Amino acid sequence: MKTTAAARVQPSPRETLDSVVIRFAGDSGDGMQLTGSQFTTATADAGNDLATFPDFPAEIRAPAGTTYGVSGYQIQFASHDVLTPGDAPDVLVAMNPAALKVNSDALKPGGLLVVNTGAFSSNNLKKAGYDSNPLEDGSMDRFRILPLDINKMTLDAVKDVGLSSKESNRCKNMWTLGLMYWLFGRERDETVSWLESKFAKSPKVAAANIAALNAGHIYGENAELPHGIHAYEVPAAHLTPGEYRNVSGNEATAWGLVTGAQLADLKMMYGSYPITPASSLLHQLARLKQFGVTTFQAEDEIAAVAAAVGASFSGSLGVTGTSGPGVALKSETIGLAIAAELPLVIVNVQRGGPSTGLPTKTEQSDLFQAVVGRNGDAPLVVLAAATPGDCYYMAIEAVRMAVKYMTPVILLTDGYLANSAEPWPLPDLDALQPFPVRFHRDPEGFHPFLRDEQTHARVWAVPGTPGLEHRIGGLEKDRTTGHISYEPHNHHRMTKIRHQKVAGIARDIERAKVDQGEAEGDLLVVGWGSTYGAISQAVEVLRGRGHDVSHLHLRNIWPLPEGLGDLLRCFNSVLVPELNFGQLTMLLRAEFLVPAESLTRVTGQPFRVAGLVEAVEERLQRSAE
Amino acid sequence: MSPNSPKKAYTRKDFTSDQEVRWCPGCGDYAILAAVQRTLPSLGSTPENTVFISGIGCSSRFPYYMNTYGFHTIHGRAPAVATGVKLANPELDVWVITGDGDGLSIGGNHLLHVLRRNVDLQIMLFNNQIYGLTKGQYSPTSQLGKVTPSSPLGSVDQPVVPTRFALGAGATFVARAFDVSKKLPDALMAAREHKGASFIEILQNCPVFNDGVFDLVTDRKTGPVHQLWLEHGQPMRFGANSEKGLRFDAKTLSLEVVTIGENGVTEQDIVIHDETNHQLAWMLTDLPDVVALGVLYRQHSPVYNESVATQQELAKERFGEPDLHALLRQGHTWTVT
Repeated sequence: MKTTAAARVQPSPRETLDSVVIRFAGDSGDGMQLTGSQFTTATADAGNDLATFPDFPAEIRAPAGTTYGVSGYQIQFASHDVLTPGDAPDVLVAMNPAALKVNSDALKPGGLLVVNTGAFSSNNLKKAGYDSNPLEDGSMDRFRILPLDINKMTLDAVKDVGLSSKESNRCKNMWTLGLMYWLFGRERDETVSWLESKFAKSPKVAAANIAALNAGHIYGENAELPHGIHAYEVPAAHLTPGEYRNVSGNEATAWGLVTGAQLADLKMMYGSYPITPASSLLHQLARLKQFGVTTFQAEDEIAAVAAAVGASFSGSLGVTGTSGPGVALKSETIGLAIAAELPLVIVNVQRGGPSTGLPTKTEQSDLFQAVVGRNGDAPLVVLAAATPGDCYYMAIEAVRMAVKYMTPVILLTDGYLANSAEPWPLPDLDALQPFPVRFHRDPEGFHPFLRDEQTHARVWAVPGTPGLEHRIGGLEKDRTTGHISYEPHNHHRMTKIRHQKVAGIARDIERAKVDQGEAEGDLLVVGWGSTYGAISQAVEVLRGRGHDVSHLHLRNIWPLPEGLGDLLRCFNSVLVPELNFGQLTMLLRAEFLVPAESLTRVTGQPFRVAGLVEAVEERLQRSAE
Repeated sequence: MSPNSPKKAYTRKDFTSDQEVRWCPGCGDYAILAAVQRTLPSLGSTPENTVFISGIGCSSRFPYYMNTYGFHTIHGRAPAVATGVKLANPELDVWVITGDGDGLSIGGNHLLHVLRRNVDLQIMLFNNQIYGLTKGQYSPTSQLGKVTPSSPLGSVDQPVVPTRFALGAGATFVARAFDVSKKLPDALMAAREHKGASFIEILQNCPVFNDGVFDLVTDRKTGPVHQLWLEHGQPMRFGANSEKGLRFDAKTLSLEVVTIGENGVTEQDIVIHDETNHQLAWMLTDLPDVVALGVLYRQHSPVYNESVATQQELAKERFGEPDLHALLRQGHTWTVT
């Protein structure tokens, strides 16, 4: 916790802090995700900037008390700009021994450890792998410990409501939340109304949860806390004025797709098969039927994309969403959309691979799959969102490119973006440029591969239009008639046209430019996707320390923006941090013959700012030697 | 066509594309193509509102020869593509063309699901019991012991019965015909009239890799005693003089072939076809010595694309006109000043 000067000169009942990182951790069934998201809402209301990172196991309900069943939710909030959920937590809330076991190493020395001693039975300690109670054997002495029997205090708080002991015990996350609200001066109103509406059909459950929430808060107000533990205040951040909401990446992607379809004046067909961490896109869109959205929960990944391609053939916007294993299954059908030159948006919410990999953990290892992962020369557009809120704009951009160029577009997000939330200034809808689609209607001289001279996009002629009856498919087509053609030169030219069409999109996007620092110098850090926040903060730290470091962030992965090669060559070194084993690095080296170097980390977790700073300094040290 | 223009009387020619047909000489697909091109005008279909979707294989070249909209997709996936086509525009008359390999091997999953969802389209499965386009390997409908390049000692795969697969999947319309039959158009018309997924198995001769495999059924001489053409409400009789028929054997819960006038069998013993009877249809899928043709099963059931459209209307009623501005403000928002 960084303490500001103001706090020292102006004694107040609350210590003022610039920024705080809190991690809530407990059993999968302890309701940590709800606790975290409620704390997030209250924190946004308090005017802080924030970023969150839910981190949960692949098992829905792992056996209680086990380390692999621990679910976590980290939030960083501050009185200044926040781009990441923070590295090491200042505060750890551990609801049981397993949660402590998994997370205590992350907590900063001197950090505050709020721990539910009610769950520290010998059985639970054993399940977590502790030989002795860590709260008693001195192994946690480096922290400021606040040991509380939250189980008991929760039961006391809700006993008058008359729930079963099991139901009563489930209110302990709200007791904890109440205490955390008091510690950091958050309001309870929003959570109270949320509980009232969530449990509208079980008023007793609502009452018990509210009683627990209040009891936790009252405990903080009245209890005599151990030395060094008191309440804090994190003043509001100076956010740009406007209307805000919290948004997660998958929410933003879903809304962006709907907005894109409206701007294109098209109905949308979203075909999908449930897969972590993309399923919530399907859930979101299934509730938006009134927007002309049809959702199709298909029998498998292939059918999901095939139905989307069929919908595009019929004049709707075909969209499919999945994660890496799903894209693997869809790749033949994506190739069909490339050959038939139909618009298609594929959202890949990346997760750890290969194979089933780490379903609930984040990674950026599907870049190769997106750019080149199909049979044949099969170019398409690849975009990558940088932040949860950016998913909205990149989804719109994916729709725009798909319909303008009659091409599949892959939008890469990842598990971290999908589930993380950030305060998001609501977009000015009137400022979004519509791009209404005009279907081809003129039978004069028609064939399905008539092209726009500028974009090379073929005409979109949809079934139901008299005089334009035609057949398309996966077989190569004659470029002048659209009929099947096995003619050697025609195939060469059609391959070239498909290549040029996608390559030419580079002229329709912003030229490469640096996000931080000068456009030439010692070291350029090149990032893409969800690492934007961590890299930005790391570069800020590095520049603050006087290093000649610039930062460039790529949203357009294929085609790459114009001017990128020249820009890369303006630096002595290029360093590419990615959550994979060097995929963008290889792409940059192959495209521009620059000696880009890779900084890789594949732990299923986002980059830590401190880790990046250290790695870059090490790299700078090497060039200095 | 604009609503005001006079309704054009279409002919076979209007549904015939300018593409040269490239199936092998003598292929059963020619007869099926001709039957479809002849039948569509009589159904009131228009070229612009008709879509043929196919997978991969000999049969799947079919769309290129129709002067309608067509999409020659990828192996096995035509039912899924067709589902998307129908969902996006329910006004279209959608036909799926597939084969025994395309529909029952690589695409078996999609066929299962398009049938049980009951998407309103017609599926024509050309069954020649062989892989033609890849040069003669055994298919999922090849008979046990079939000698092919990939089964030199004979196939050891148990074959699937396509109509049985369809009934098992929950199909609401199941029919069977053969390529050169004069009654094929009747089956096509019945399929088109049915609301929901209509499944038609068409026995089709492959003269190159599996010639004559259905001869017993399709030959003029042997055909009459091996073809049972079903008619709803009529006794299930066949034979050159309708002397044969099907009798229910209550002891074995099965249908047996009997001859009227022999062993005391009378006309009253012959089972009346009821195309809404699922159990009966099941028994008709695989009879000894005779092949049931025509409509085996037909039953009304909710149509997938109609249910989807109904929910879309419901959503508009419940949530009002779409409003992006309100959508983005759902839940909690706050203002920074």
